[in-house]
Amino acid sequence: MNQTPVIRLVDVTKSFGKQVVLDRINLEIYPGQGTVVVGKSGQGKSVLLKIMLGLLRPDRGQVIVLGRDISRISSRELTEIRLRFGVLFQGGALFDSMTVLDNVALPLRERTKLTESEIGKKVMETLALLGIEESRLKYPAQISGGMQKRVALARALQMDPEIVLFDEPTTGLDPSTSNEIYNMFYLTHERLHYTAIIVSHDIPRVFNLADQVVVLHNSRIQECATPDQIQRSRNPFVRELLDPTMGPVYLSEEAEDLNETT
Amino acid sequence: MVSWIERLGDEFLYLVEELGRAGIFLFFSLAGIFKPPYKPYAILRQIQFIGASSVFVIFFTASFTGMVLGLQGYYTLRQFGSEGLLGSAVALSLIRELGPVLTALMVTGRAGSAICAEMGILRISQQIDALECMGIDPFRFLLAPKYVAALISLPLLTLIFDVVGIYGGYFVGVKLLGTNAGAYFVSMQRSVVLEDITMGLAKSVCFGLLMVWICAFTGYMVGLMKRPVFGAEGVSRATTAAVVLSSVSILLWDYLLTAVLL
Repeated sequence: MNQTPVIRLVDVTKSFGKQVVLDRINLEIYPGQGTVVVGKSGQGKSVLLKIMLGLLRPDRGQVIVLGRDISRISSRELTEIRLRFGVLFQGGALFDSMTVLDNVALPLRERTKLTESEIGKKVMETLALLGIEESRLKYPAQISGGMQKRVALARALQMDPEIVLFDEPTTGLDPSTSNEIYNMFYLTHERLHYTAIIVSHDIPRVFNLADQVVVLHNSRIQECATPDQIQRSRNPFVRELLDPTMGPVYLSEEAEDLNETT
Repeated sequence: MVSWIERLGDEFLYLVEELGRAGIFLFFSLAGIFKPPYKPYAILRQIQFIGASSVFVIFFTASFTGMVLGLQGYYTLRQFGSEGLLGSAVALSLIRELGPVLTALMVTGRAGSAICAEMGILRISQQIDALECMGIDPFRFLLAPKYVAALISLPLLTLIFDVVGIYGGYFVGVKLLGTNAGAYFVSMQRSVVLEDITMGLAKSVCFGLLMVWICAFTGYMVGLMKRPVFGAEGVSRATTAAVVLSSVSILLWDYLLTAVLL
């Protein structure tokens, strides 16, 4: 791969008190790719996302986003960089005192000089793309969890971001709604070509979205490879994570190999 | 023994840090007031909430405070045969002390608690993080309108309190207990000078700032303190702490300001 990475983490270490949450993390994410970060709860997945966003600063190491080390820039520059991000929060983090329409329009109203009619047009396009234009006048509390996620995605995509972070996009949703969210992801990713970083433990389905899978365990990256390679990995931590949901894939293949040779 | 001293030092350092954080919070909030784009509509809505909706409570508190002052003042002054000074006694205690202090305490109970709870919920549902990720300054967007509204509303409410209280005293002293109406107002006119009123207004501006600062800061920091309490319980504790702390600070500052201004 000869492109420059949009996000590069170099030896990033972060601890809270005595607990080391991230230990010398090195990671490169290339434009247009989908990167999936998996790991059990409490292994620092969300902290990793917050560090990429500059919401937390690492104790050591560099976080280079779009060519700038965001742990060492002023808050003004950080704000500029964040404008090129879209974030889908775990709970959606919709502004619950605003309607769906106002939620999606907010970044445009606050951060651009577009007129109200231009904003309205752009918002309606996004809402139509995600199939939620019917609920535009409802409040987040009046729509279902799946709908809320779609609104959150619409809001995250409103500023045409280059990088979109998904924090557990399907946690707490039933399988069919999760599928819907994945379809939304495909649809928008294909159309807008953003770089996606998805934190999830919806294994194995989330692997379908990935060009690269990162397995976090014990505060370190155990493995970073394509979904295919991950599924064949022999790393015990990776197996521990994968086996309960996918079964020991490599064993059956080895068995087949054995069958063929005998 | 050593560990006890250690803990004492630790607590003290934490307190200093906390004060520093609160100071930075105040600085950012005040800076947020002057950052474009301005939010006149949001400021109006906050004035409606902090100011206009408090008028009834203030009216009620003020009339009974004035009435009880008239009653107490009448029986005390009668012992010296100087019922004629009732107007002066009622007006001076209201304008200098009770007006600003009781207004600030009532508004803390009504609006301060609401500000704290609102900030706390925005914090725990990641809405503040979401704003930051969209490159929207939460200080400008959420807090600046509250500060401006409190700084405008508190002095006005204090003036309403003073006037209503004076008429409450008039009602009891003159209408019920039969002191001379002319003497009531003339003694007031002779003793109250402009400095009394500016002192009362200066106090109410300070109290307004204290109230929003403490309540908003406590809410903003839910889950981020040294021994964090998260979620709904975090918000409920923060709200209690905010109301208590801000009421106590108002009384403390009242003493200090009186000592300095007199």
